[in-house]
Amino acid sequence: MIPILLKIARSGIVSEPAPGQRDEWRAAEARIQDEILRMLGRALVIREVDAGSCNGCELEIHAMSGPRYNLEGLGIRFAASPRHADLLLVTGPVAINMREPLRIAYEAMPGPKLVVAVGDCGCNGGIFGESYASVGGVEKVIPVDVAVPGCPPPPVAILQGILTAISSRG
Amino acid sequence: MRELFAGRGAQPIAGAVPAAILRADEALWVEAARSVHDTAGRLVSVWGARRGEDFAVLAAYEIVSGLFVVELPVAASHGRYAGLAGLFPAANRMQRALHDLLGVRADDTQDARPWLRHGGWREDEFPLRADFARSAPGSVEPDRYAFVRVDGDGVHEIPVGPIHAGVIEPGHFRFSVVGEKVLRLEEHLGYTHKGIDKRFESFAVADGHRLAGRISGDSTVAYAWAYSQAAEATLGLAAPPRAAWLRALLLERERIANHLGDLGALGNDGGFGFALAQFMRLKEDWLRATGDAFGHRYAMDAVVPGGVASDPGDAKLAHLAHDAHVLAREVRQLRRIFDEHSGLQDRFITAGRVTPELARRLGLVGLAGRASGQAFDLRVDHPIAPYDEIGVKKIVYVAGDVAARVHGRFDELFESLRLCEAIVERIPHGESRAQLPSAREGFGVGWIEGWRGPVMVALEAGDDGRIRRCHAHDPSWHNWPVLEHAVMGNIVPDFPLINKSFNLTYAGVDL
Repeated sequence: MIPILLKIARSGIVSEPAPGQRDEWRAAEARIQDEILRMLGRALVIREVDAGSCNGCELEIHAMSGPRYNLEGLGIRFAASPRHADLLLVTGPVAINMREPLRIAYEAMPGPKLVVAVGDCGCNGGIFGESYASVGGVEKVIPVDVAVPGCPPPPVAILQGILTAISSRG
Repeated sequence: MRELFAGRGAQPIAGAVPAAILRADEALWVEAARSVHDTAGRLVSVWGARRGEDFAVLAAYEIVSGLFVVELPVAASHGRYAGLAGLFPAANRMQRALHDLLGVRADDTQDARPWLRHGGWREDEFPLRADFARSAPGSVEPDRYAFVRVDGDGVHEIPVGPIHAGVIEPGHFRFSVVGEKVLRLEEHLGYTHKGIDKRFESFAVADGHRLAGRISGDSTVAYAWAYSQAAEATLGLAAPPRAAWLRALLLERERIANHLGDLGALGNDGGFGFALAQFMRLKEDWLRATGDAFGHRYAMDAVVPGGVASDPGDAKLAHLAHDAHVLAREVRQLRRIFDEHSGLQDRFITAGRVTPELARRLGLVGLAGRASGQAFDLRVDHPIAPYDEIGVKKIVYVAGDVAARVHGRFDELFESLRLCEAIVERIPHGESRAQLPSAREGFGVGWIEGWRGPVMVALEAGDDGRIRRCHAHDPSWHNWPVLEHAVMGNIVPDFPLINKSFNLTYAGVDL
């Protein structure tokens, strides 16, 4: 137990006031909490759906949950069920075999059904484009509020996309 | 072995990978498979290609002297070949995928269920055929995949997925359980199939590394390097010496980043959230350093045919070596905490056990294979520069449980950190990217020990500089079926832990 406590004490609080030291984000951090409070009351619950990504975007969404970004401190957390989610975070070009599961997840969400498409593939199919097996961007299947470009977009960009989605429905 | 078939027409394949190809008739195809099997060789991959109006089926094997490729012509009118699943069980799903894409059927299999095709294109349409005209997905029929049913008193099924509870890739798991005990697991994958094999045909040889680097994002360096090896082989080009060292630095950094993430997640799945927070902190700093030196946190598009896209220069490399040194100290502290945490060890030890005998028979590869006594590592067995010069310690355990896969990750992490320092210390000066010569027709292979296991790329280049056929193979093809065995007899709540200890890719096998 003592080594664990020592390690925790020595690690300190690593959460950054602004992820990645981006100045535009510093002001945004206060805004994101305000927006979440105004729109949703307390917090934002996200259901993530990989609709066919290469798993690169999942790596960055995981990274966003790490201690440097302090996601839960902003009132954001991930849920296992779309029925508990305010926002659907979707990655990948929509693979043909994931088109129906994605649609079902969207249908299962309660309002306001915010949707953020993550990555170049989520925006328009990216490098995989449209083909016999790839439907293309997420908006081909469900309505999208915000699409975040990047391959993969870094955690800060994904967070900014989430903020933009919240404020766009204000 | 390669020499054995030299008298029968096996030809060396030019390039960095020690490899040979044998163009066989059906009798020789079967004989080659049996010889490989009987001399403890291993199947790497099975794939198909067009040959004019007809087809070819190709198999790649790992033998003592390197990669051994056998090509069997298959007439369109015949459309069948002798399957390999009887000798190498891992061939089953690869052969089913081959049929879904090319319409050539292995005649040994009792299991003719489609694998990648879930109904998005018709049963009589084959995407890799020249006459395939569909440019958009068709309507998907309801999934009627025939899972194997387990009957008995109190047996019930738990269907999981394709969308899983966490932030992970999609796939379907069908558990047959009694109480909490798993009697059987059957996987149904293919959900992220997005037509990569076909997509490659619209790329130039000089650009294909970008698509290869997005087959499985967590292994982008391994794929881009394997692809670049194959492309360079078809072009008759050798990347400059400094490029090989920078590629190895990136590959080891990728291995370290993934092991850090997995160790944190494994601790978390064992109920030890402290581990997740600590390892994610270390991983994030590691990714930022990669981004600072190479312009991308995961080094996507950093490895290119001809060398590397950018050279960070000696000052930044020295900084990376220092980071490696600091990280080693932190991870040593965390390992001590893991080792002394009885609750965590109780979850790890004996969970998800794959005995060395089962691992050998089913062909378990890579990190998971080495945790079950399968002592194969391309960096040691068939070393290319710079591994031939700096040497790599092979990490092998025999317990085959979650604990062994955790120990393997820790040991490999320390070894990769040592390699990172050694590379920076000894990296030669000079160019890090060569000009690509003009296009030419050719066949090349790439073969790289990624963090999960060996990644292989086979590339057919046209004389117009276009990709004629590119097949990329992930070690997860071999390891997914073994996971079904690893969970048998365990309790359902241990599945996430066991699954994470393999951490296989869906995208990399769905293609």
